[in-house]
Amino acid sequence: MSSVIKAIPDAVAPPRLEWRVASVVDARDETPRAKTLVLDVPQWPGHRAGQHVDVRLVAEDGYQGQRSYSIASPPEDETVTLTVERLADGEVSPYLVELRPGDGLELRGPIGGHFVWNVAVGGPLLLVGGGSGVVPLMAMLRHYARADAAARAAVPVRLLYSARTADDVFYRAELAQLADQPLVDVVFTFTRGAPPAWTGYRRRIDRAMVEAVSWSPAAAPRAYVCGPTSLVESVATLLVDLGHAASLVRTERFGPTG
Amino acid sequence: MADQPFIARGFRRRSPATGDAPRVPPGQYETKDFPVLSAGPTPRTPLSTWDFTIRDTDGRAARWSWDEFQKLPRDNPTVDIHCVTKWSKLGTRWEGVSVDTLLAAAAAQGAGTGPFALAFCDGGYTTNLSLADVTGGKAWVAFGYDGAALPPEHGGPARLLVPHLYFWKSAKWVRGLQFLLSDQPGFWEQLGYHDRGDPWREQRYQGDP
Repeated sequence: MSSVIKAIPDAVAPPRLEWRVASVVDARDETPRAKTLVLDVPQWPGHRAGQHVDVRLVAEDGYQGQRSYSIASPPEDETVTLTVERLADGEVSPYLVELRPGDGLELRGPIGGHFVWNVAVGGPLLLVGGGSGVVPLMAMLRHYARADAAARAAVPVRLLYSARTADDVFYRAELAQLADQPLVDVVFTFTRGAPPAWTGYRRRIDRAMVEAVSWSPAAAPRAYVCGPTSLVESVATLLVDLGHAASLVRTERFGPTG
Repeated sequence: MADQPFIARGFRRRSPATGDAPRVPPGQYETKDFPVLSAGPTPRTPLSTWDFTIRDTDGRAARWSWDEFQKLPRDNPTVDIHCVTKWSKLGTRWEGVSVDTLLAAAAAQGAGTGPFALAFCDGGYTTNLSLADVTGGKAWVAFGYDGAALPPEHGGPARLLVPHLYFWKSAKWVRGLQFLLSDQPGFWEQLGYHDRGDPWREQRYQGDP
């Protein structure tokens, strides 16, 4: 049988995933509804940009809640950074956003070996994110930004980021800095209200937007699409309809989880 | 695993525990949505070229076109499903052909089985299952969901349905089962996920019990 989906080769067998108690070294507001947690994880085995962790909360009566969160930090960082969106009726996220420096948090990972990218994989690199789906894409961008100049010069990068409003944008200042790099384009679209004088996109991602932001299929960009199901389904389908090889389009569904 | 779990002080279950036998396995939460997870774009295979193949360890194969497949006796299982990404969905209603039925029909065409199976799919996805996990009324090839045709994003035209294992084993866009003499890891199993994936034992990743 043919195998269109191929794993990015990784010579190292995944180690057994142990639960580790991380400690929060920084907790800061990312948006009014999301918190970024910087974690010191003992014996962290390292990760690849795009991977995630499982977080486990065990109550005193033994009840456990688990959720998956993508890693926002690049492999080069010694700490592991997560960004958690608070869901009003959630169970785990309201607890996580109240964590303070010094608090402990149980997690294991890294998990997932398909939605991953590094500079050796090459580009052009097309990143399409919706809402909190930008988190694993940010790990890829941060990894790219830490690569040497020659490696960066070989890989043009475009991020298309769909957010409800400008206030919902994660990593705003850092994305502005990244966009100053010669080969990096960051394009926003705001689906529920743009800032005054905004001249950019203000609608859901559609065919015209994907066509305008992406490279032509002849350039064979590697596409990573992460966000709510409706966004991922439509963007991945659009890319294939536009002539991009399905094997170059990797997807991750990522809605807020409680 | 750590001997003693770290207690998250102040963390509490949101929904009160019931006295009934739990239907949601450890570490899972119930969702009313039907989340979609897949590694790449949704394949679109016309029914005119769709077929389903069972190939045994000696290479003997049985094959059904879409129309032939629709004529096989069908079941309407209502089952709970559990995704390794933590959501569980209870009481989902499906329509499809039991793998037991398929294997009996394959035997009539001269194709046998083997101790292990690798499900193969449009888009290149694979997942491995033991013969025991797909027989005995535990697995189906489903083409209907909740009274309608199975939508493409949920694996239509047909997907495997193996609800007693984590849902990545219920391969979307399935096109056949290749029986094997030895276990051969599939797509996610090669990327660190558990070989069997029993949600009640929390067999999420390699090395889990």
